[in-house]
Amino acid sequence: MAKFFAVTIIVIAILSAIPILRHTWAMPEDISTHGYLIDEQMSETMAEAGIAFLAAQFLLAIFVWKFSNPRPDAKIKNFPGGAKALVVAAFLVVGIEVLALGVFGVKAWASVYLTPPSANAMPIQVQAGQFAFYFRYPGPDGTFGPLHPELINESTQNFFGLDLDHDADSKDDIVTAEMAIPVNKEIHLLMHSKDLGHSFYVRELRVQQDFVPGLDVSLHFTATKIGRYEIVCTQLCGLGHYNMKAYLEVMSQQDFDDWLKKEAAMQ
Amino acid sequence: MATTVHEPPQIDPRRLRDQGHSGNGGWGKFVPTDGDLHVALDHSPPPSSSAIYVVLFAITMMFAAFTSALIVRKGSSLDWRTFTLPSILYFNTLLLLASSVTLEVARRRIATFMGGLKSQVESPARWLYVTLFLGLLFVAGQYAAWSQLRAEGLYLATNPSSSFFYVLTVTHALHVLGGLGGLIYVIRKLSKSVLHRNQLVATARYWHFMGILWLYLLLLLWMKI
Amino acid sequence: MHDLAAHAVHHGPPTSFIRKYVFSLDHKVIGKQYYALALVAALCGMVLSWMMRIHLAWNSAAIPGLQLLSKTGAPGGVMTPEYYLQLMTMHGTIMVFFVLTTAPFAAFGNFFLPIQVGAEDMPFPRFNMMSFWVTFAGFLVLMSSFTLSDGPTLGGWTQYAPLNAVGSIAGPGQGLGVVLWAASIALFCVGQLLGSLNFIPTTLDLRVKGMSLMRLPLSAWAWFITSCMGLTAFAVLMPACILVILDHVAGTSFFVPSGLVVSDQLVPHSGGSTLLWQHLFWFFGHPEVYIAIVPGIGIVSHVLITNMRKPMLSQRVLIYCMGALAVLSYMVYGHHMFVSGMNPISALAFSFPTLVITIPATITVLIWTFSLYGSKLRINSASLFALGFISMFVSGGVSGFFLAQPSVDIPLHATYFVVGHFHMVMGVAAMFGIFAATYFWAPKMFGRMMNETLGRAHFWLSFVGTYCIFMPFHYLGMAGNVRRYSSFVDDFLQPLIPVHRFITVAALLTGAAQLIFVYNLIHSRFWGEPAPDNPWEATSLEWSTATPPPWDNFGGKLPVVYHDPYQYGVQSSVGDYVMQASPEQVKTEHDEK
Repeated sequence: MAKFFAVTIIVIAILSAIPILRHTWAMPEDISTHGYLIDEQMSETMAEAGIAFLAAQFLLAIFVWKFSNPRPDAKIKNFPGGAKALVVAAFLVVGIEVLALGVFGVKAWASVYLTPPSANAMPIQVQAGQFAFYFRYPGPDGTFGPLHPELINESTQNFFGLDLDHDADSKDDIVTAEMAIPVNKEIHLLMHSKDLGHSFYVRELRVQQDFVPGLDVSLHFTATKIGRYEIVCTQLCGLGHYNMKAYLEVMSQQDFDDWLKKEAAMQ
Repeated sequence: MATTVHEPPQIDPRRLRDQGHSGNGGWGKFVPTDGDLHVALDHSPPPSSSAIYVVLFAITMMFAAFTSALIVRKGSSLDWRTFTLPSILYFNTLLLLASSVTLEVARRRIATFMGGLKSQVESPARWLYVTLFLGLLFVAGQYAAWSQLRAEGLYLATNPSSSFFYVLTVTHALHVLGGLGGLIYVIRKLSKSVLHRNQLVATARYWHFMGILWLYLLLLLWMKI
Repeated sequence: MHDLAAHAVHHGPPTSFIRKYVFSLDHKVIGKQYYALALVAALCGMVLSWMMRIHLAWNSAAIPGLQLLSKTGAPGGVMTPEYYLQLMTMHGTIMVFFVLTTAPFAAFGNFFLPIQVGAEDMPFPRFNMMSFWVTFAGFLVLMSSFTLSDGPTLGGWTQYAPLNAVGSIAGPGQGLGVVLWAASIALFCVGQLLGSLNFIPTTLDLRVKGMSLMRLPLSAWAWFITSCMGLTAFAVLMPACILVILDHVAGTSFFVPSGLVVSDQLVPHSGGSTLLWQHLFWFFGHPEVYIAIVPGIGIVSHVLITNMRKPMLSQRVLIYCMGALAVLSYMVYGHHMFVSGMNPISALAFSFPTLVITIPATITVLIWTFSLYGSKLRINSASLFALGFISMFVSGGVSGFFLAQPSVDIPLHATYFVVGHFHMVMGVAAMFGIFAATYFWAPKMFGRMMNETLGRAHFWLSFVGTYCIFMPFHYLGMAGNVRRYSSFVDDFLQPLIPVHRFITVAALLTGAAQLIFVYNLIHSRFWGEPAPDNPWEATSLEWSTATPPPWDNFGGKLPVVYHDPYQYGVQSSVGDYVMQASPEQVKTEHDEK
């Protein structure tokens, strides 16, 4: 039975590794300017974790195979080096590994969170609410009008609670249900929650950020490939959470300008 | 217990140390000289001495959580309205501190009593009753403080500052009531002469902690509210 | 060191039925009561997981009978999206609290810690009894939320704000359902604090003569360290639950900011902080998962040593590792909040200790594995589950490596990768620890051996089955499969549905295999082969006493401890081991260094 255990572990370990090595269910293609840093961290981590995983399972299997069902007169013995060798090895190998990953990972993190958006990043506001995302573009005046939650009215499609009668800045704001952006242009995404905690997740952009009710957080990124991508909510917000999504359209600058003109006309 | 009659030993109660688990809570070595063998023939093992620290630590963590909640809440929004603390709180503080003093007096008298010098101590529980009374007065005084706030229109949900005031002071008062329960327990055990020294020590530590905790809360409220 | 040889227990042997089996002061009965609670809770949690998995794999299928549980939640047996979330919340809450904290710590710890230190009972049996009944009350309060007209809360076991505080306008179950959840958890916290109140003094003050701290078995150390963690963690969760209840019933605004519009209504609260809840919750939540695993680490070490017939390479190092895990567990909690909107510098600050915690975890696995070298390993149900624990702890642990880095967490947060990670360490490894403990200690607890064939069958089906269930979760996560979705409607999720179907089938089969265990447990309890006092030829104090132990554990004669806990691989008059309480002086090369 011990040998069967050892074989089973090895088989499971190998079978587990195969989908990773073959990229069967790989992360989708990265379409962002910062994503390659994250992907590099991911690959390095996968290599180190993968080796650790396989080594640990193999060693467990080998030792169980070798040292079970002993002869009755067999003598027990200790691994040479004892605990001290293992502790030193763990500190050195794992310590260096984690330190390296941690240190190198700072760059990837900083590129998303510790660098400010550039001055000519295009601002777009996204509002998350049960169970939809809505987007707002500032219009030709470049400013967003103030939000008045008490004016929010789904039936008149005043999703953001804009006061078009009294706030001049709101008059030219463009509210859409889809988020279109020009390719290769940095976007400064201002995130506002209407009601609860939600999250903004676009796999291909390597972007995920929670909305914080009462606190407006922001994100910046640049998309590098034209296409249609899904924005999904990843923080549990109620029964419609599974269905809370919007589409991100990355377009050429020309197509984007046309789209924005069309949307403005429909306000 | 030996019944040899001899000169009463000159026992200095301050020299009575916690002798650990050596039977009868550390008072067993002393011969009762007034012939009253009623003292402490309890067979139960002495209570653990580390348990009270477990309790105090848990209570500390709970108030630490409330403190951090207060600090975060105050900083998270502009709606915090400070108000003047009802002045009766300061009087209540004196009551609580006085009760710690009376508890210490009680402890020494009880140590003398249980040490065999019964004749010198007529009513060993008296100062415990005083402590109990002061504690009850404290809780009553806290209730008066809450009533005063309500009269001023400050309820639990009126403002985050009042919310924390009530949460902190009510939680503390509930723990004080628990301490009063402990004092009653000690009084009962004493009346049957089966009080372990450790039980009294634990109760005293809890009670003093309630005072220290209150001083901390008062400072926190005074600074933040 | 204290000499309690002359003292009788301060409660006499129980006489009435109520005192013997219901309101018992005996830590052994209390331990068994906790075990029974955990067993019932585990079965409930498992059935809930079946419902969830079936719905995910076959979204519009009717689950026969589900409409009996809730007419509105599952009309005609077809689960609504909200009911999925409600079942999911209950599954998580029941499993984390009432199974993974209750069984390895409260059940086995209560039964065996006093015996392993050589005491006749815990120092405060009345508080101990209260701890069980308060915990049980918490369970009843939680389960009662199934009877609400709009069902239990749907906010997940993590109950984030403001969803947890705005009330029923946010969805079914978010009114009274949340209040019941918070009340039940507050009760649970009180129960566990009363438990720590007993565990810690037992370890510190009630050790029998000769039992120094370093001579305590690793399971005792694990329970002691866990009870210290519980003291800090539960004492923080309870106030958080109180504050959220106040937000519900008293109109306070601890967690709800102003300006929220839920279901077209402006929420009356204002000024609160949603992140405050996350900080309070995870300050508890991360140590909680170590509370779930550390007893397993101690138990697995204990079981393995007995079955390897040699001590670990270093007992001391394992103790330090458990202690390091406990201490570090408080410094890492922000790794649940990397993308929460928290200060991004704090993210880095939390990330480093999270990476560092890999070190004691690695050392532990290395010590286990390399102690197998040169051993005389016996294979039985208990040792199989202990070995399986090691495999699972490694698998679950390496995925933590990814999540510990904030940048890598960006694509993996809130995906099935996280769900796979914590299920492997908690849902499998910790459960394997419980199983190992059961097979190992059932003879002592019930006086009967469990059926070994059934035990091995249970192991194989569970070991292979749980890998089939949870390994694919990681692949799903890397592909972006978001968690807590009741259906997979997004375009990118469609190709992943066949994987979910595979997982569901594996889950149902593995779940069915657990019934083998339940059958074995119950059958052996009544009709199993009578167990000798020391069936495993083990050394710690629980094996020095009768099977099952008498009401005062040692029949009035407390043992004296002469040896380290794991004197195996020696030559003594009884075999290759020397019991801790045996005065026999034996030459050994394996004394604790």
